[in-house]
Amino acid sequence: MERMNFDLAQVPLRELNAFLHRDAPAQGVQKVVVTNPDGAHNIAVGLDCPIDVEVHGHAGYYAGGMNKTGTVTIFGSAGTGVAENMMSGRVQVKGFASNGAGASMHGGLLVIDGDAGLRCGISLKGGDIVVGGSVGSFSAFMAQAGRMVICGDAGDALGDSLYEAVLYVKGSIKSLGADARIEPMSEADYAAVKELLDAAGLQHDAGLKHDPRDFKRVASARSLYHWNADADQEY
Amino acid sequence: MCGIVGLLVKKPALRPRLGELMVPMLIGMTERGPDSAGLAVFTEPLAESRRKISLYSGMCEEGADFNWLGLSHELKEHLGIDATIAAQGNHAIVTASIVPEPVKRWIKERYPKLHILSTGRAIDLYKDIGTPAEVAARYAFSGLAGSHLVGHTRMATESAVTPDRAHPFTAGEDFCLVHNGSLSNPYGVRRMLEPHGIRFETDNDTEAACRFLEWRLREGDDLETALQRGFEALDGFYTFLMGTADKLALIRDPFACKPAVVAETDDYVAIASEFRSLAHLPDIAHAKVFEPAPEEMYVWNA
Repeated sequence: MERMNFDLAQVPLRELNAFLHRDAPAQGVQKVVVTNPDGAHNIAVGLDCPIDVEVHGHAGYYAGGMNKTGTVTIFGSAGTGVAENMMSGRVQVKGFASNGAGASMHGGLLVIDGDAGLRCGISLKGGDIVVGGSVGSFSAFMAQAGRMVICGDAGDALGDSLYEAVLYVKGSIKSLGADARIEPMSEADYAAVKELLDAAGLQHDAGLKHDPRDFKRVASARSLYHWNADADQEY
Repeated sequence: MCGIVGLLVKKPALRPRLGELMVPMLIGMTERGPDSAGLAVFTEPLAESRRKISLYSGMCEEGADFNWLGLSHELKEHLGIDATIAAQGNHAIVTASIVPEPVKRWIKERYPKLHILSTGRAIDLYKDIGTPAEVAARYAFSGLAGSHLVGHTRMATESAVTPDRAHPFTAGEDFCLVHNGSLSNPYGVRRMLEPHGIRFETDNDTEAACRFLEWRLREGDDLETALQRGFEALDGFYTFLMGTADKLALIRDPFACKPAVVAETDDYVAIASEFRSLAHLPDIAHAKVFEPAPEEMYVWNA
């Protein structure tokens, strides 16, 4: 059996997730198609095998969360915390994503074709996020490692208290957070943006929609790394 | 938590089906708000001189056995009012040609435990404790007709679980508000409003927001101006959904701490805390689905 369908209008979500956790790896199922997700929470969370999950419709909270080696594609929008704490693999949202997309991710690739809400990539610990649209305020807050490519605009306080994550933004940045700064793009940065756009498939879908040369690099000024007693709470 | 739902039908032919379309939306938000539920429905407005008052007797000793007919006789006897009363258990809608304030004052004096839910030419309001499914069945929500409605499922955090602290809250006439979130300065807002003669009926934080916005509207602000002042005066987490006789309005706090999603077709605009509550709506697969941005105003006309 290579392919399984789950109609969430007929089958409870727990049955789908139990199948993905236990039976799919044991039976060598390669693809699971989920229909009528109807905004259910926790769809395909905790994948731990290289399976391909397609979700046809709108997903609720935490879709594809904690993913390890799986591929989750949502043909619709995703609620709060899509791909939260992903370890590896790939999660793609064909529509928009709500708040906290890719929060605390450690690895893998999260692609959001549309806009992402607030706090996208908050506390990013590794892995890559590519957003075809814009991101809301406080995105990449305290992001420690990993990369984000934002093809649209960024809201307020982008990259507040950044550690070593690097952000590439094509559009306007409403405001940078504390300690985030715009830095010159190097050849390695252009190559990184191209690599991530290619990986996201955003280049090919619409031809050469985004030129890596149009992106700005945002990284940490590292001035918050050490306590400055003279700062007097002025950052 | 708490769940909010709103529905506005664009075609008059859908108005008789408003309640039927909404009930699954309300029940869909049960996990977000299992302790109380309520809704305000806006109907064709009454004639200029007429008003309807929604009343709740669940906090009276008689409860659902309240003598509504007796109330009708007393209104005639004491105030000379010919009122029609549509009663359903602990709920009734009193309709009459009246100036509402003296009548409401009389009701409060004569029946201090009878709760006045709403006043206006278009609004009918229902709210009670219980799960959304229980409350919807208790008041036959599926049979409600109208152009738009605002509903709420409550998981109480800021005040006790009682019928009068359930949402929607109303103030003035034909205005109601439901709230997902919690305000951090409701007492500051109340202290600011009280010198203007504004009285509060509960200790609920949402009531402060409701009375603040209605006060601004009464002072002459249009809805957009009132909401802008709301952004400045109200601190905390909120997604607010408001209803007036001819509008639905939605705002979210600048941090978008509480969710909202909108689905729009040629037939309707539907708003809910989560897509789960929109999934059953007709032709939802072709609806324009979007997440309202923080600190933006969304106003739809009925």
